[in-house]
Amino acid sequence: MRTRFHQSLDDLKEKLLRMGGLAEQAVDRAIEAYRLRDANLCQQVLEGERAINTMEREIDELALDLLAMQQPMAVDLRFIIAIVKINADLERVGDQAVNVVQRVMELLKLQDGELSVDIPRVGSVASTMVRTALESFIYARADVAEQVLKTDSQLDQLNAEVYHAMLKTMHEIPALTTQALNTLLISRNLERVGDHATNIAEDVIFWVRGADVRHLFGSQAANR
Amino acid sequence: MGVGIEVRNLKAWYGNTEALHSVNMQMGANQVTALIGPSGCGKSTFVRCLNRMHETIPGTKVEGDVRIGSTDIYANGTPAVEVRRRVGMVFQKPNPFPTMSIYDNVAAGLKLNGFRNRHRLDEIVEKSLKQAALWDEVKDTLKKKSGASLSGGQQQRLCIARALAVEPEVLLMDEPASALDPISTGKIEELIDELKANYTIVIVTHNMQQAARVAGFTGFFLLGTLVEFDKTEKIFTNPSDKRTEDYITGRFG
Repeated sequence: MRTRFHQSLDDLKEKLLRMGGLAEQAVDRAIEAYRLRDANLCQQVLEGERAINTMEREIDELALDLLAMQQPMAVDLRFIIAIVKINADLERVGDQAVNVVQRVMELLKLQDGELSVDIPRVGSVASTMVRTALESFIYARADVAEQVLKTDSQLDQLNAEVYHAMLKTMHEIPALTTQALNTLLISRNLERVGDHATNIAEDVIFWVRGADVRHLFGSQAANR
Repeated sequence: MGVGIEVRNLKAWYGNTEALHSVNMQMGANQVTALIGPSGCGKSTFVRCLNRMHETIPGTKVEGDVRIGSTDIYANGTPAVEVRRRVGMVFQKPNPFPTMSIYDNVAAGLKLNGFRNRHRLDEIVEKSLKQAALWDEVKDTLKKKSGASLSGGQQQRLCIARALAVEPEVLLMDEPASALDPISTGKIEELIDELKANYTIVIVTHNMQQAARVAGFTGFFLLGTLVEFDKTEKIFTNPSDKRTEDYITGRFG
Protein backbone atom coordinates (compact mmCIF):
# COMPACT_ATOMS: atom_id res chain seq x y z
CA MET A 1 0.00 0.00 0.00
CA ARG A 2 1.06 3.58 -0.69
CA THR A 3 4.28 2.32 -2.21
CA ARG A 4 4.54 5.33 -4.49
CA PHE A 5 4.33 7.64 -1.48
CA HIS A 6 6.94 5.70 0.43
CA GLN A 7 9.15 5.70 -2.65
CA SER A 8 8.85 9.51 -2.66
CA LEU A 9 9.91 9.58 1.00
CA ASP A 10 12.99 7.56 0.05
CA ASP A 11 13.73 10.04 -2.76
CA LEU A 12 13.39 12.89 -0.30
CA LYS A 13 15.79 11.22 2.10
CA GLU A 14 18.30 10.61 -0.67
CA LYS A 15 18.12 14.25 -1.79
CA LEU A 16 18.66 15.47 1.75
CA LEU A 17 21.67 13.20 2.14
CA ARG A 18 23.16 14.64 -1.03
CA MET A 19 22.52 18.09 0.35
CA GLY A 20 24.16 16.98 3.61
CA GLY A 21 27.18 15.74 1.66
CA LEU A 22 27.55 19.14 -0.01
CA ALA A 23 27.28 21.04 3.28
CA GLU A 24 29.73 18.71 5.00
CA GLN A 25 32.18 19.08 2.11
CA ALA A 26 31.88 22.88 2.27
CA VAL A 27 32.81 22.88 5.97
CA ASP A 28 35.75 20.50 5.47
CA ARG A 29 37.03 22.57 2.55
CA ALA A 30 36.70 25.79 4.56
CA ILE A 31 38.76 24.30 7.39
CA GLU A 32 41.39 23.08 4.94
CA ALA A 33 41.39 26.49 3.25
CA TYR A 34 42.21 28.04 6.62
CA ARG A 35 44.87 25.47 7.47
CA LEU A 36 46.63 25.73 4.11
CA ARG A 37 45.72 29.40 3.48
CA ASP A 38 44.50 28.14 0.09
CA ALA A 39 42.69 30.65 -2.14
CA ASN A 40 41.59 27.91 -4.57
CA LEU A 41 39.77 26.02 -1.86
CA CYS A 42 38.12 29.28 -0.79
CA GLN A 43 36.89 29.74 -4.33
CA GLN A 44 35.51 26.19 -4.43
CA VAL A 45 33.49 26.82 -1.28
CA LEU A 46 32.07 30.06 -2.69
CA GLU A 47 31.11 28.34 -5.94
CA GLY A 48 29.64 25.35 -4.13
CA GLU A 49 27.12 27.50 -2.31
CA ARG A 50 24.89 27.83 -5.37
CA ALA A 51 24.42 24.05 -5.59
CA ILE A 52 23.45 23.94 -1.91
CA ASN A 53 20.90 26.71 -2.36
CA THR A 54 19.40 24.99 -5.40
CA MET A 55 19.07 21.72 -3.49
CA GLU A 56 17.46 23.51 -0.58
CA ARG A 57 14.69 24.77 -2.85
CA GLU A 58 14.22 21.36 -4.52
CA ILE A 59 13.90 19.57 -1.19
CA ASP A 60 11.43 22.14 0.16
CA GLU A 61 9.31 21.84 -2.98
CA LEU A 62 9.20 18.06 -2.83
CA ALA A 63 8.38 18.12 0.89
CA LEU A 64 5.61 20.66 0.34
CA ASP A 65 4.14 18.56 -2.49
CA LEU A 66 4.11 15.46 -0.32
CA LEU A 67 2.48 17.30 2.58
CA ALA A 68 -0.22 18.70 0.30
CA MET A 69 -0.87 15.64 -1.84
CA GLN A 70 -0.36 12.75 0.56
CA GLN A 71 -1.37 14.21 3.91
CA PRO A 72 1.12 12.05 5.77
CA MET A 73 0.53 10.90 9.32
CA ALA A 74 2.56 9.91 12.38
CA VAL A 75 6.15 8.86 11.61
CA ASP A 76 5.82 9.96 7.97
CA LEU A 77 4.59 13.39 9.02
CA ARG A 78 7.40 13.76 11.55
CA PHE A 79 9.89 12.62 8.92
CA ILE A 80 8.84 15.31 6.43
CA ILE A 81 8.77 18.03 9.08
CA ALA A 82 12.25 16.93 10.21
CA ILE A 83 13.47 16.99 6.59
CA VAL A 84 12.24 20.56 6.07
CA LYS A 85 14.00 21.73 9.22
CA ILE A 86 17.22 19.79 8.62
CA ASN A 87 17.24 21.18 5.08
CA ALA A 88 17.21 24.75 6.42
CA ASP A 89 19.99 23.94 8.88
CA LEU A 90 22.16 22.38 6.18
CA GLU A 91 21.77 25.46 4.04
CA ARG A 92 22.91 27.54 7.01
CA VAL A 93 25.88 25.21 7.48
CA GLY A 94 26.80 26.02 3.86
CA ASP A 95 26.48 29.75 4.66
CA GLN A 96 28.80 29.39 7.64
CA ALA A 97 31.40 27.68 5.43
CA VAL A 98 31.17 30.67 3.07
CA ASN A 99 31.62 33.04 6.03
CA VAL A 100 34.73 31.11 7.08
CA VAL A 101 36.37 31.33 3.65
CA GLN A 102 35.57 35.04 3.42
CA ARG A 103 37.56 35.51 6.62
CA VAL A 104 40.33 33.29 5.27
CA MET A 105 40.50 35.50 2.16
CA GLU A 106 40.90 38.49 4.47
CA LEU A 107 43.69 36.71 6.32
CA LEU A 108 45.41 35.97 3.00
CA LYS A 109 45.71 39.71 2.38
CA LEU A 110 47.42 40.22 5.76
CA GLN A 111 50.84 39.45 7.02
CA ASP A 112 50.89 36.01 8.63
CA GLY A 113 51.34 36.37 12.38
CA GLU A 114 51.81 33.67 15.01
CA LEU A 115 48.44 33.16 16.74
CA SER A 116 48.22 30.75 19.61
CA VAL A 117 44.96 29.01 18.62
CA ASP A 118 44.01 25.66 17.17
CA ILE A 119 41.27 26.50 14.66
CA PRO A 120 41.59 23.13 12.86
CA ARG A 121 40.65 21.48 16.15
CA VAL A 122 37.54 23.67 16.49
CA GLY A 123 36.77 22.83 12.86
CA SER A 124 37.28 19.14 13.37
CA VAL A 125 34.81 19.04 16.29
CA ALA A 126 32.23 21.05 14.31
CA SER A 127 32.67 18.91 11.20
CA THR A 128 32.40 15.68 13.21
CA MET A 129 29.16 16.96 14.74
CA VAL A 130 27.67 17.53 11.27
CA ARG A 131 28.85 14.11 10.10
CA THR A 132 27.45 12.36 13.19
CA ALA A 133 24.14 14.21 12.92
CA LEU A 134 23.80 13.08 9.29
CA GLU A 135 24.75 9.56 10.26
CA SER A 136 22.03 9.52 12.92
CA PHE A 137 19.63 10.62 10.18
CA ILE A 138 20.76 7.92 7.71
CA TYR A 139 20.27 5.11 10.22
CA ALA A 140 17.37 6.70 12.15
CA ARG A 141 19.45 6.41 15.34
CA ALA A 142 18.30 8.74 18.11
CA ASP A 143 21.13 7.44 20.35
CA VAL A 144 23.71 8.60 17.78
CA ALA A 145 21.94 11.97 17.57
CA GLU A 146 22.31 12.28 21.35
CA GLN A 147 26.10 12.12 20.99
CA VAL A 148 25.91 15.30 18.91
CA LEU A 149 23.96 17.07 21.66
CA LYS A 150 26.58 16.07 24.18
CA THR A 151 29.47 17.35 22.00
CA ASP A 152 28.02 20.82 21.62
CA SER A 153 29.28 22.07 24.99
CA GLN A 154 32.79 20.90 24.10
CA LEU A 155 32.66 23.03 20.95
CA ASP A 156 31.34 26.01 22.91
CA GLN A 157 34.25 25.62 25.28
CA LEU A 158 36.81 25.55 22.44
CA ASN A 159 35.21 28.64 20.93
CA ALA A 160 35.38 30.43 24.28
CA GLU A 161 39.07 29.59 24.53
CA VAL A 162 39.70 31.07 21.08
CA TYR A 163 37.78 34.18 22.09
CA HIS A 164 39.91 34.76 25.19
CA ALA A 165 43.15 33.97 23.39
CA MET A 166 42.33 36.41 20.60
CA LEU A 167 41.27 39.10 23.04
CA LYS A 168 44.59 38.68 24.75
CA THR A 169 46.43 38.92 21.41
CA MET A 170 44.59 42.13 20.54
CA HIS A 171 45.66 43.66 23.84
CA GLU A 172 49.23 42.47 23.76
CA ILE A 173 50.09 42.71 20.04
CA PRO A 174 47.88 45.42 18.52
CA ALA A 175 49.55 44.87 15.12
CA LEU A 176 47.78 41.49 14.93
CA THR A 177 44.32 42.85 15.81
CA THR A 178 42.83 42.30 12.35
CA GLN A 179 44.21 38.76 12.13
CA ALA A 180 42.94 38.01 15.63
CA LEU A 181 39.51 39.42 14.83
CA ASN A 182 39.19 37.33 11.65
CA THR A 183 40.33 34.22 13.48
CA LEU A 184 37.84 34.88 16.25
CA LEU A 185 35.05 35.20 13.68
CA ILE A 186 36.10 31.95 11.99
CA SER A 187 35.89 30.21 15.33
CA ARG A 188 32.45 31.66 15.91
CA ASN A 189 31.28 30.54 12.45
CA LEU A 190 32.46 27.01 13.24
CA GLU A 191 30.71 27.14 16.58
CA ARG A 192 27.52 28.03 14.69
CA VAL A 193 28.06 25.00 12.43
CA GLY A 194 27.93 22.96 15.63
CA ASP A 195 24.67 24.66 16.61
CA HIS A 196 23.13 23.66 13.28
CA ALA A 197 24.38 20.09 13.76
CA THR A 198 22.70 20.14 17.18
CA ASN A 199 19.43 21.27 15.58
CA ILE A 200 19.70 18.46 13.04
CA ALA A 201 20.28 15.93 15.81
CA GLU A 202 17.24 17.23 17.70
CA ASP A 203 15.13 16.88 14.54
CA VAL A 204 16.31 13.29 14.12
CA ILE A 205 15.26 12.53 17.72
CA PHE A 206 11.89 14.15 17.03
CA TRP A 207 11.43 12.06 13.91
CA VAL A 208 12.49 8.76 15.47
CA ARG A 209 11.01 9.08 18.95
CA GLY A 210 8.35 11.73 18.51
CA ALA A 211 9.97 13.66 21.38
CA ASP A 212 10.81 17.34 21.31
CA VAL A 213 14.20 17.72 22.99
CA ARG A 214 14.91 21.28 21.93
CA HIS A 215 16.26 23.62 24.57
CA LEU A 216 16.89 20.85 27.06
CA PHE A 217 20.38 20.32 28.33
CA GLY A 218 22.41 17.23 27.39
CA SER A 219 21.49 14.66 30.02
CA GLN A 220 17.89 15.81 30.23
CA ALA A 221 17.52 15.55 26.45
CA ALA A 222 18.99 12.07 26.47
CA ASN A 223 16.40 10.92 28.99
CA ARG A 224 13.41 12.01 26.93
CA MET B 1 -26.17 18.24 27.58
CA GLY B 2 -24.04 15.28 26.59
CA VAL B 3 -23.14 12.57 29.05
CA GLY B 4 -20.09 10.39 29.38
CA ILE B 5 -19.96 6.83 28.06
CA GLU B 6 -18.17 4.07 29.89
CA VAL B 7 -17.63 0.72 28.25
CA ARG B 8 -16.29 -2.23 30.22
CA ASN B 9 -15.33 -5.65 28.88
CA LEU B 10 -17.68 -5.33 25.94
CA LYS B 11 -17.93 -8.41 23.77
CA ALA B 12 -20.23 -8.89 20.80
CA TRP B 13 -21.01 -11.91 18.66
CA TYR B 14 -22.58 -12.65 15.30
CA GLY B 15 -23.71 -16.23 15.79
CA ASN B 16 -20.63 -18.02 17.10
CA THR B 17 -18.19 -15.44 15.79
CA GLU B 18 -16.86 -13.07 18.41
CA ALA B 19 -16.62 -9.69 16.66
CA LEU B 20 -15.56 -7.59 19.65
CA HIS B 21 -13.08 -8.83 22.21
CA SER B 22 -13.45 -7.26 25.61
CA VAL B 23 -13.34 -3.60 24.68
CA ASN B 24 -12.80 -1.02 27.43
CA MET B 25 -13.23 2.66 26.66
CA GLN B 26 -14.26 5.85 28.37
CA MET B 27 -15.63 8.72 26.35
CA GLY B 28 -16.00 12.07 28.04
CA ALA B 29 -19.22 14.10 28.00
CA ASN B 30 -19.39 16.63 25.14
CA GLN B 31 -16.35 15.11 23.49
CA VAL B 32 -16.09 14.00 19.87
CA THR B 33 -14.54 10.56 19.67
CA ALA B 34 -13.54 9.11 16.31
CA LEU B 35 -13.24 5.39 15.71
CA ILE B 36 -10.94 4.29 12.92
CA GLY B 37 -9.76 0.95 11.59
CA PRO B 38 -9.94 -1.25 8.49
CA SER B 39 -13.24 -2.70 7.26
CA GLY B 40 -14.44 -5.51 9.48
CA CYS B 41 -12.42 -4.37 12.50
CA GLY B 42 -15.48 -4.04 14.73
CA LYS B 43 -15.87 -0.27 14.94
CA SER B 44 -19.43 -0.23 13.55
CA THR B 45 -20.37 -3.20 15.72
CA PHE B 46 -18.98 -1.27 18.68
CA VAL B 47 -21.12 1.84 18.06
CA ARG B 48 -24.19 -0.32 17.44
CA CYS B 49 -23.66 -1.77 20.91
CA LEU B 50 -23.80 1.75 22.37
CA ASN B 51 -27.51 2.10 21.55
CA ARG B 52 -28.52 -1.54 21.62
CA MET B 53 -28.86 -1.75 17.84
CA HIS B 54 -26.57 -4.79 17.63
CA GLU B 55 -29.19 -7.00 19.28
CA THR B 56 -31.72 -6.19 16.53
CA ILE B 57 -29.80 -8.53 14.20
CA PRO B 58 -30.94 -12.16 14.69
CA GLY B 59 -28.35 -14.48 16.24
CA THR B 60 -26.28 -11.73 17.82
CA LYS B 61 -25.20 -11.45 21.44
CA VAL B 62 -23.64 -8.79 23.65
CA GLU B 63 -21.76 -9.14 26.94
CA GLY B 64 -20.22 -6.53 29.23
CA ASP B 65 -21.22 -3.14 30.59
CA VAL B 66 -22.12 0.02 28.76
CA ARG B 67 -23.00 3.04 30.85
CA ILE B 68 -24.53 6.09 29.23
CA GLY B 69 -24.33 8.71 31.96
CA SER B 70 -25.38 6.75 35.01
CA THR B 71 -27.58 4.27 33.14
CA ASP B 72 -26.38 0.72 32.62
CA ILE B 73 -28.01 0.22 29.22
CA TYR B 74 -27.77 -3.59 29.31
CA ALA B 75 -29.16 -3.90 32.84
CA ASN B 76 -32.40 -5.82 33.24
CA GLY B 77 -35.29 -3.46 33.00
CA THR B 78 -33.62 -0.80 30.87
CA PRO B 79 -35.92 -0.49 27.85
CA ALA B 80 -34.05 -0.55 24.49
CA VAL B 81 -36.40 2.09 23.07
CA GLU B 82 -35.46 4.51 25.83
CA VAL B 83 -31.76 3.82 25.20
CA ARG B 84 -32.20 4.57 21.51
CA ARG B 85 -33.96 7.84 22.30
CA ARG B 86 -31.07 8.96 24.45
CA VAL B 87 -28.48 7.71 21.98
CA GLY B 88 -29.31 8.91 18.47
CA MET B 89 -27.76 7.49 15.35
CA VAL B 90 -26.89 8.78 11.88
CA PHE B 91 -25.89 6.31 9.19
CA GLN B 92 -23.55 6.30 6.23
CA LYS B 93 -26.26 6.64 3.62
CA PRO B 94 -28.83 9.37 4.27
CA ASN B 95 -32.12 7.57 4.88
CA PRO B 96 -34.95 10.09 5.14
CA PHE B 97 -38.46 8.65 5.06
CA PRO B 98 -39.04 9.18 1.32
CA THR B 99 -42.80 9.77 1.34
CA MET B 100 -42.77 12.16 4.29
CA SER B 101 -42.34 15.92 4.09
CA ILE B 102 -39.21 17.54 5.52
CA TYR B 103 -41.26 18.57 8.54
CA ASP B 104 -42.66 15.10 9.14
CA ASN B 105 -39.22 13.53 8.79
CA VAL B 106 -37.95 15.62 11.68
CA ALA B 107 -41.13 15.20 13.75
CA ALA B 108 -41.42 11.44 13.11
CA GLY B 109 -39.67 10.29 16.27
CA LEU B 110 -41.68 12.60 18.48
CA LYS B 111 -45.01 11.68 16.84
CA LEU B 112 -44.13 8.01 17.22
CA ASN B 113 -43.73 8.67 20.94
CA GLY B 114 -47.22 10.14 21.07
CA PHE B 115 -46.16 13.79 21.08
CA ARG B 116 -49.16 15.81 19.82
CA ASN B 117 -48.64 19.43 20.90
CA ARG B 118 -48.62 21.23 17.52
CA HIS B 119 -47.08 24.47 18.68
CA ARG B 120 -44.33 22.69 20.63
CA LEU B 121 -43.75 20.33 17.67
CA ASP B 122 -43.20 23.35 15.37
CA GLU B 123 -40.66 24.72 17.82
CA ILE B 124 -38.73 21.46 18.09
CA VAL B 125 -38.68 20.95 14.30
CA GLU B 126 -37.32 24.47 13.81
CA LYS B 127 -34.74 24.10 16.58
CA SER B 128 -33.56 20.72 15.29
CA LEU B 129 -33.25 21.95 11.71
CA LYS B 130 -31.35 24.99 12.94
CA GLN B 131 -29.00 22.81 14.98
CA ALA B 132 -28.45 20.67 11.88
CA ALA B 133 -27.67 23.84 9.88
CA LEU B 134 -30.47 23.09 7.43
CA TRP B 135 -33.19 25.52 8.52
CA ASP B 136 -32.33 28.38 6.19
CA GLU B 137 -32.32 26.08 3.17
CA VAL B 138 -35.68 24.40 3.83
CA LYS B 139 -37.80 26.75 5.96
CA ASP B 140 -40.03 27.80 3.05
CA THR B 141 -40.76 24.29 1.82
CA LEU B 142 -41.01 22.41 5.09
CA LYS B 143 -44.33 20.80 4.45
CA LYS B 144 -44.36 20.99 0.66
CA LYS B 145 -41.21 19.09 -0.21
CA SER B 146 -40.41 15.49 0.62
CA GLY B 147 -37.21 14.55 2.40
CA ALA B 148 -36.11 12.61 -0.67
CA SER B 149 -36.20 15.75 -2.84
CA LEU B 150 -33.19 17.23 -1.02
CA SER B 151 -29.56 16.84 -2.11
CA GLY B 152 -27.44 14.11 -0.50
CA GLY B 153 -25.74 16.54 1.87
CA GLN B 154 -29.08 18.11 2.84
CA GLN B 155 -30.63 14.67 3.36
CA GLN B 156 -27.81 13.77 5.74
CA ARG B 157 -28.36 16.98 7.70
CA LEU B 158 -32.09 16.18 7.71
CA CYS B 159 -31.27 12.80 9.26
CA ILE B 160 -29.15 14.59 11.86
CA ALA B 161 -32.08 16.95 12.59
CA ARG B 162 -34.36 13.91 12.91
CA ALA B 163 -31.93 12.35 15.40
CA LEU B 164 -31.70 15.60 17.38
CA ALA B 165 -35.47 16.13 17.57
CA VAL B 166 -35.91 13.50 20.26
CA GLU B 167 -33.29 15.34 22.33
CA PRO B 168 -30.67 12.64 22.76
CA GLU B 169 -27.58 13.01 24.91
CA VAL B 170 -25.31 11.00 22.65
CA LEU B 171 -25.06 11.07 18.87
CA LEU B 172 -23.53 8.10 17.07
CA MET B 173 -22.45 8.68 13.48
CA ASP B 174 -21.44 5.78 11.29
CA GLU B 175 -19.44 7.26 8.39
CA PRO B 176 -21.86 10.18 8.11
CA ALA B 177 -19.99 11.94 5.31
CA SER B 178 -18.59 9.08 3.25
CA ALA B 179 -21.31 9.41 0.60
CA LEU B 180 -21.06 13.21 0.40
CA ASP B 181 -19.08 15.66 -1.71
CA PRO B 182 -16.35 17.78 -0.06
CA ILE B 183 -18.61 20.82 0.46
CA SER B 184 -21.34 18.80 2.17
CA THR B 185 -18.65 16.94 4.11
CA GLY B 186 -17.27 20.27 5.30
CA LYS B 187 -20.74 21.30 6.48
CA ILE B 188 -21.24 18.06 8.39
CA GLU B 189 -17.82 18.42 10.03
CA GLU B 190 -18.54 22.01 11.02
CA LEU B 191 -21.86 20.83 12.38
CA ILE B 192 -20.18 18.14 14.49
CA ASP B 193 -17.97 20.81 15.98
CA GLU B 194 -21.01 22.90 16.93
CA LEU B 195 -23.07 19.97 18.20
CA LYS B 196 -20.46 18.85 20.70
CA ALA B 197 -21.48 21.75 22.94
CA ASN B 198 -24.74 19.88 23.59
CA TYR B 199 -24.04 16.25 22.76
CA THR B 200 -21.43 13.56 23.20
CA ILE B 201 -20.50 12.40 19.72
CA VAL B 202 -18.99 9.14 18.53
CA ILE B 203 -18.10 9.03 14.86
CA VAL B 204 -16.96 6.04 12.81
CA THR B 205 -14.92 7.12 9.83
CA HIS B 206 -12.62 5.69 7.18
CA ASN B 207 -11.31 9.15 6.47
CA MET B 208 -8.40 9.73 8.79
CA GLN B 209 -8.11 13.39 7.93
CA GLN B 210 -11.74 13.71 8.97
CA ALA B 211 -11.03 12.03 12.30
CA ALA B 212 -8.07 14.37 12.78
CA ARG B 213 -10.23 17.41 11.96
CA VAL B 214 -13.28 16.72 14.09
CA ALA B 215 -12.36 14.48 17.01
CA GLY B 216 -10.66 15.26 20.31
CA PHE B 217 -10.06 11.57 20.94
CA THR B 218 -9.51 8.71 18.54
CA GLY B 219 -9.70 4.95 18.98
CA PHE B 220 -8.07 2.48 16.59
CA PHE B 221 -9.77 -0.89 16.18
CA LEU B 222 -8.19 -3.96 14.62
CA LEU B 223 -9.68 -7.46 14.41
CA GLY B 224 -12.29 -6.70 17.05
CA THR B 225 -9.80 -5.26 19.52
CA LEU B 226 -9.35 -1.66 20.60
CA VAL B 227 -5.63 -1.33 19.92
CA GLU B 228 -5.14 2.26 21.00
CA PHE B 229 -7.27 5.06 22.38
CA ASP B 230 -5.77 8.48 22.98
CA LYS B 231 -5.95 12.15 22.18
CA THR B 232 -6.34 12.60 18.43
CA GLU B 233 -3.14 14.61 18.03
CA LYS B 234 -1.19 11.86 19.77
CA ILE B 235 -2.69 9.15 17.55
CA PHE B 236 -1.90 11.02 14.35
CA THR B 237 1.53 12.40 15.21
CA ASN B 238 3.04 9.83 17.51
CA PRO B 239 0.93 6.74 18.20
CA SER B 240 2.15 4.36 20.89
CA ASP B 241 1.32 1.10 19.13
CA LYS B 242 3.19 -0.05 16.03
CA ARG B 243 -0.06 -1.42 14.56
CA THR B 244 -1.70 2.01 14.80
CA GLU B 245 1.28 3.61 13.13
CA ASP B 246 1.32 1.02 10.35
CA TYR B 247 -2.38 1.57 9.70
CA ILE B 248 -2.42 5.35 9.63
CA THR B 249 0.74 5.57 7.54
CA GLY B 250 -0.64 3.07 5.04
CA ARG B 251 2.02 0.44 5.67
CA PHE B 252 -0.57 -2.13 6.52
CA GLY B 253 -3.08 -4.33 4.73
